[in-house]
Amino acid sequence: MQAFEYVAAKSISEAIDLLSERGDQARILSGGTDLIVQVREKRRSLELMVDVKQIPEVNEISHSSADGLVLGASTPCYKIYNDPDIKSAYPGLIDAVSIIGGIQVQGRASVGGNLCNASPAADSTPALIVLDATCVIAGPSGTREVAAKDFCTAPGQTTMENGEFLTSIKIPTPDTNSSSFYLRFIPRNEMDIAVVGAGASVVLDESHKSFVSAHVALGAVAPTPLYAEEASNLLSGQEISDEIINQAAEAAQAIARPISDMRGTANQRKHLVGVLTRRALNGAVNRVKETK
Amino acid sequence: MSKKTHVQTEINGEGIEFLCEPRQSLLEVLRDELHLTGAKEGCNNGNCGACTVLMGDRIVNSCIVLGVEAEGEKIETIEGIATSEGLHPIQQKFLEHAALQCGICTPGFIVSSKALLEQNPTPSEEDVRFWLAGNLCRCTGYHKIVEAVMDAAKALNTEVADNA
Amino acid sequence: MPEDKEFKVIGTRPIRHDGIDKVTGRAAYGADIHFPDMLHGKVLRSPYAHARIKSIDISKASSHPAVKCIITSDDLPLVEDTITELGETVINLKYLSDNILASDKALYKGHPVAAVAATDPYAAEEAINMIEVDYEILEPVLDVRQAMEPDAPVLHESLKTESMGKGEDQSQNVASHSQRKHGDLEAGFAAADIIVERDFSTATIHQGYIETHNATAQYNEDGELTVWCSTQGAFGVRDQLSKILKMPVSKIKVVPMEIGGGFGGKVQVYIKPIAALLAMKTRKPVKMTMTRTEVFEGTGPAPGSYIRVKLGADKTGKITAAEAHLIFEAGAYPGSAVGAGSLCIFAPYKIDNLQIDGYDVVLNKPKSSAYRAPGAPNACFASECVIDEICQKLDMDPIKFRLINGAKEGDRRCDGPIYPKIGYLETVEAAQQHGHYAESIDKTPNGKLRGRGVASGFWMNGGGRSSVTINVNADGRINLIEGSTDIGGTRASIAMQAAEVLGLSSEDIMPAVVDTDSVGYTGVTGGSRTTFATGIAAINAAENIRAQMIGVVANHWELKPSDVKFKDGTFLAQKNGEELQMTFKEVAAVAGGPLVGSVTASPGGAGNGFATHIVDLEVDSETGKVDILRYTAIQDVGRAIHPSYAEGQVEGGVAQGVGWALSEGYLYNDEGHMTNASFLDYRMPTSYDLPSIETVLVEVPNPGHPYGVRGAGEVPLVPPLAAIANAVSRAIGVRMTELPMSPDRVLEAMGSI
Repeated sequence: MQAFEYVAAKSISEAIDLLSERGDQARILSGGTDLIVQVREKRRSLELMVDVKQIPEVNEISHSSADGLVLGASTPCYKIYNDPDIKSAYPGLIDAVSIIGGIQVQGRASVGGNLCNASPAADSTPALIVLDATCVIAGPSGTREVAAKDFCTAPGQTTMENGEFLTSIKIPTPDTNSSSFYLRFIPRNEMDIAVVGAGASVVLDESHKSFVSAHVALGAVAPTPLYAEEASNLLSGQEISDEIINQAAEAAQAIARPISDMRGTANQRKHLVGVLTRRALNGAVNRVKETK
Repeated sequence: MSKKTHVQTEINGEGIEFLCEPRQSLLEVLRDELHLTGAKEGCNNGNCGACTVLMGDRIVNSCIVLGVEAEGEKIETIEGIATSEGLHPIQQKFLEHAALQCGICTPGFIVSSKALLEQNPTPSEEDVRFWLAGNLCRCTGYHKIVEAVMDAAKALNTEVADNA
Repeated sequence: MPEDKEFKVIGTRPIRHDGIDKVTGRAAYGADIHFPDMLHGKVLRSPYAHARIKSIDISKASSHPAVKCIITSDDLPLVEDTITELGETVINLKYLSDNILASDKALYKGHPVAAVAATDPYAAEEAINMIEVDYEILEPVLDVRQAMEPDAPVLHESLKTESMGKGEDQSQNVASHSQRKHGDLEAGFAAADIIVERDFSTATIHQGYIETHNATAQYNEDGELTVWCSTQGAFGVRDQLSKILKMPVSKIKVVPMEIGGGFGGKVQVYIKPIAALLAMKTRKPVKMTMTRTEVFEGTGPAPGSYIRVKLGADKTGKITAAEAHLIFEAGAYPGSAVGAGSLCIFAPYKIDNLQIDGYDVVLNKPKSSAYRAPGAPNACFASECVIDEICQKLDMDPIKFRLINGAKEGDRRCDGPIYPKIGYLETVEAAQQHGHYAESIDKTPNGKLRGRGVASGFWMNGGGRSSVTINVNADGRINLIEGSTDIGGTRASIAMQAAEVLGLSSEDIMPAVVDTDSVGYTGVTGGSRTTFATGIAAINAAENIRAQMIGVVANHWELKPSDVKFKDGTFLAQKNGEELQMTFKEVAAVAGGPLVGSVTASPGGAGNGFATHIVDLEVDSETGKVDILRYTAIQDVGRAIHPSYAEGQVEGGVAQGVGWALSEGYLYNDEGHMTNASFLDYRMPTSYDLPSIETVLVEVPNPGHPYGVRGAGEVPLVPPLAAIANAVSRAIGVRMTELPMSPDRVLEAMGSI
């Protein structure tokens, strides 16, 4: 493993200064479950790791009626799924953070890190996209916000510039009669990277017979996690039926442009997009019905 | 060799200071600098759990934690599980159930299982199997490990009841 | 051997002697070794699957301030291109040496090319990247059938096909072709009412031991080399080091540390000679450990294979003829397990007309190595799947088919020997009577597809040399000194046999696995031989001690030794109408000095192992994913010394079989680079992928062992592949012939993608 320096920043501004100084030779260290492995396996080189786990804002969970849930970017998965409020309001996010790596990885890995690593197969990103999450980015010229669906730009690349880093993720308070669901397909039952991932969120009418609105997002079928806009839009106002869910699944399949690699073939992935989209939507719908 | 950092931490209840390079993992520090070799390296990328240690209130793969990140933390390793009173019930049940063959994954399984039973004193078989999925064992097929953990839960609960 | 004998220790489940060290983290494994002044070694490996090494320039790397030594194949002694005996096998020395450090050609990605010793591991890693190697890249060949084509890239210009039988061998990459036949094949097939013929393929598979290879070497000024390491057999390491380094065995001491799994993969040496050479050149202790990727890319996996099986049966279900072609990946150098596979393929059955052809083919993958019943899982996958298809076509219960055709005492195995008392049919009967088999399964609950599979398996089991020394302490407890590495509880299973002879408890025995200077020659912990062969050595040593103690007692009582009896740990005699008795501990105290019994044994008669497995599983018809619902493994172990550890062997074998069947396998790109060389993407089953595994130990005592022991460690990996394939095939209604049955392959078979 190459040598590098390590600084545990105490404030957002200190972290920004360090990042600005070193440009692409500095990286934020959050849970380290991707970063440390990448440096060790020579897939990434750097001079400096900036640990942000001592910066309070980056590690807190807060709820407010204005912002909804504000999730410090470094909050590890286990803190998220042990939070009863997140559990009840954002079950799709819980689905995702409960299956990232093993329990050991969940003790460190964060949703912010999952986003910034920008893997097309990141489990939490589709879950955040369907929850309409916003990424809060701090930088030398202040703070800006980017929708989770626009955060990743290519494998390993994000919208962030040198000197910027992700401090928190804001997720709006869900509507009544809504729920969310995330699932992935992997060959084993745990410990794999998604062959395909699918997240869905739904808002149903009072009677739970129709969709008021829905969102679908996909993982591992394009260079970035994808928001399935057409699939999402076509559900709005429609009565819940296998037929309409199948149509959404087909629309999701239409935007998937998967590759073949050691985790799955393009054909298999395309096929799975349909299966998982259906299961994610049905899962979210059933959750609304169950909480009646 | 690059510049070393001074780190102050607590390991198995003892205050410990050490010097390490930022690139050294907590696992390397434990094994190579502190000679606590109970945590094992199986994959060095967070996929086998042989290096599992407790860090604060959660388990981590010490191969993907930097040694410098231990500053101010509380670490517990396999060496800290048995006490002067004797083996921990999980260790005892691993022996009774023959839940180990070669033993290389055993420290990781015991540390993981201890964390599980502290959070969930009455896990189902499904809970145990899910929790331990981050620990690979190639010898046992997990059957006896799962039995041992379930039985340890029972023993710990009896202990708690007896003390009450 | 008394079948109705009441055992005191055998069959009980005491806590293993090394248990506390292993649950507290105190047990010392190879990588736990530390010397204050040690150097760290690292290997430079070929980035190409097939390349000629034109030159190696170490000048830049040598200038690294932390580097103490760099070696290439030039630093290895020149060894002859000859076949030589090595321990219990034969091997070509040139191939052995070239696999340690490539000389003229790199034959797989990961093939060692040079090695460095430096003052810290990071520096060693930096330095290997400063070594400049000029390669001429050659076209790799990665599939055995392609490697057999006449125009395939040739790995070894000097390789000549060894052929027995009529086969015309197409390419220089065919290292050997063997043939076994008896009866009249043509007549056999003519007599068949039904014939099934199919091609099967299996992926290259890794043993997947959790501990990576390691070695620490020290060379003294007097020319004595010591190597601390993880190995299945310290004497085997000593033999290999002796040949590769051209040193007398007596100058080499190998210290077997605790071993973190082997399964056959820790017999062959890889970095041990490199650590030794670096230590010899630097006169400092040199420690080396492999990364997980190095283990996948640079150590011997189990061979991938193509197998064609043709089987004929009459309407009653009697097999009339069987034919098989087995083509195994040897890897970069000759020597796959095709021979053993050929021997095992039809071994559970009595077949009068058969022919088995085996091909050993080199290609640009790491030299294949042993993995639990080497060759048999591949072979029996093919044969047991064809049998299942015949059963389906005959509408016959697969258990009944096996009862009709199963081999028993007096039947002839395909390679000649007549079976002694074996327990195959007993495993089939136990399967038939088991509650699992009696309970039917719901084939299509809520849209999922379910299936049940049955398969049997065979492994020869081994004997060979083992040595044991027993020292009796004055307090009556005994030290049992042995040379068998304990991978899965053999300290206990060996000590218990000695305890049984001496009327002691398991806890009275203190077993110790020692180095090659401290015990007589002992073969590897492999071949399912340890509890059998080292067990016999322990029994013999204990009997020797018992005889000595009878002498001590006789002296003490002033009687003849023949007047003294021994029962349940007590020495008894009658003298002048008086009943005399002394306990083992009392005699030990009276003996006044240590009593020592040293024995070496080389027993034959290992007694063959058979198993029959039943599995229920569910296929998700939309994703192709298979979930194991219930698994029952039935095995004849002869006699279970410590039933928990015998069960453990079975449960572990089943888990590995599930991986082999469903999710494991080397994946390669066109350049011959493995694309899944990590525990993330080489998918071994986790605890969450498996159900509880029910083990049924059948005990048909082996006449070749005083207590009836048969080897137990290997045969449990033989049936799972076919059992699972048969269940998947029955669930989806399509015959699966390719392993692993990954979800995409299942979807393809179902026509979904």
